[in-house]
Amino acid sequence: MSDADDVPLAQAHPRWHLRVRGLTKSFGAKLVLDKLDLDVERGKVNVIIGASGAGKSVLIKHFMCLLRPDRGSIWVDGTDVFALGTQPLSLFRRKFGLVFQFSALFDSLTVEENCAFPLREHTKKSKAEIKDIVRDRLAALGLDGMQAMYPGSLSGGQRKRVGLARALVLEPEILIFDEPTTGLDPLATRNVDDMILGVMDRYKVTSVVISHDMASVFRIADRIAMLHERQILVAGTVDEIRGSEIPYLYEFIRTSGVAAAGAAP
Amino acid sequence: MNPSPPPRRSFGAEVVTGVGDAFRPVVRLLDRFGDHVILLARSLAWLPRRPFRPANYLEACEYIGVGSLPIVLLVGFFTGAVMGLQAVYAFRQFQLESFAGGTTGKALAVELAPVLSALMVAGRSGAGIATELGTMRITEQIDALESMAVSPLQFLVLPRLIAGMLMAPILSLLFFIVAMVGCYFLAVVVQHVDHGQFVLHTRDLLTTTDVAQGMLKSIVFGLIVTLIGCYQGYNAAGGGRGVGLGTTRAVVFSSVTILISDYFLSDILLRVMSSDTGVR
Repeated sequence: MSDADDVPLAQAHPRWHLRVRGLTKSFGAKLVLDKLDLDVERGKVNVIIGASGAGKSVLIKHFMCLLRPDRGSIWVDGTDVFALGTQPLSLFRRKFGLVFQFSALFDSLTVEENCAFPLREHTKKSKAEIKDIVRDRLAALGLDGMQAMYPGSLSGGQRKRVGLARALVLEPEILIFDEPTTGLDPLATRNVDDMILGVMDRYKVTSVVISHDMASVFRIADRIAMLHERQILVAGTVDEIRGSEIPYLYEFIRTSGVAAAGAAP
Repeated sequence: MNPSPPPRRSFGAEVVTGVGDAFRPVVRLLDRFGDHVILLARSLAWLPRRPFRPANYLEACEYIGVGSLPIVLLVGFFTGAVMGLQAVYAFRQFQLESFAGGTTGKALAVELAPVLSALMVAGRSGAGIATELGTMRITEQIDALESMAVSPLQFLVLPRLIAGMLMAPILSLLFFIVAMVGCYFLAVVVQHVDHGQFVLHTRDLLTTTDVAQGMLKSIVFGLIVTLIGCYQGYNAAGGGRGVGLGTTRAVVFSSVTILISDYFLSDILLRVMSSDTGVR
């Protein structure tokens, strides 16, 4: 399904930041991904939709080699992710910021310590510099003044924003959001959408968002890919997806309560 | 419609399947043992690599060592006291109660101090490690570490393994000292055994080799407790119930492994370190 094969995979592509080829992954006897191909567009919000349990989270964990596939490859700017050794992989992972579904903040650390963690681990910045960077990121997400709080005392939306602030401190090239609006009320969902768009506007990163909240998807997406039956069923711009007549996609959008533009099959 | 009969299998295939089923628990046990060895090897491989993060090691030592200290000392005192009581009553039949200190001391140094202190650490710190890492696993905090290019093995597992190996012998030594105080209190103060005879026979019977044997065992026990705790936590799955099961398994498997390995360690150490044991 790829239209990105005009440039060799081992070369950085001007349009596609991340290219997935033939990705196959199974857990025991259960095949989760089967020869999956996907292209992620540089500097855009790329949303992967699909039913719960379709393998979306498994797919994004391969992007930064948190999981290794049975077969297939992922190329980021000409780098074969799965061919990297321990040290190069460690450096490579700093290109990514991952915002987890339930934020995955460290319970024993304050908001400030959580956000400072990647900087303390990977830079030689002074404490004052780290404090300034953290304050800047937290302020950009409306969290200034919450530095001393612990994750346990934050609301779901605030935790998401702290998770995003932590993902942003190392200035990643690719931001991955794993179901950022799951479990949030409509207003908090809107806030998270605005936050993602605000981050895109300010930091000019490539975003990959996993979601099955179609209202949110249509608000933030530049490109949408649907994962269905272990493969990418369809990928395209928002208008292309809205106008699609693929029965499963049409039904998926229609039952989510968002109007699909395509004719009923 | 009659269902079609299952395909006939040869006698040989049935035998192979039967034998396979019979040995499945053994295979699973070896599989788990291998997993633990791999976790240990992969963690130790991080030991010489930067960053070293001494704060993580100190924190783990504080949790395993200082945190377990009160219970180890309490159990140590009463273990020594009850051992002393039993020894005095037993030896008094032969007017040899002054040997209570020496015999109790030997048993404590070689067996009871390392084993009981390790069981205390397993119940407290081993369970705590499994719960902490298990919670971090199911709330994706371990994935978050990896996503931030931090090795969870280096950051979480290795400091706990090293702290276990460092703290267990210290706890065992303290257990032994406090237990001897308990034994002395019971024998000399309560049961009026002669102080000079008690000390003399204790010095005669108890050697530094006995204490060294106990400390060596403790190093292995400390590794066993923390490795099993880390393994159960690191591989936790299935939400809160999975973490609970992992914690239970950590305590049960650690305790059983300590007691079984104690036999083999005793056998090896008696052959290697004692000249007149009579062990053949």
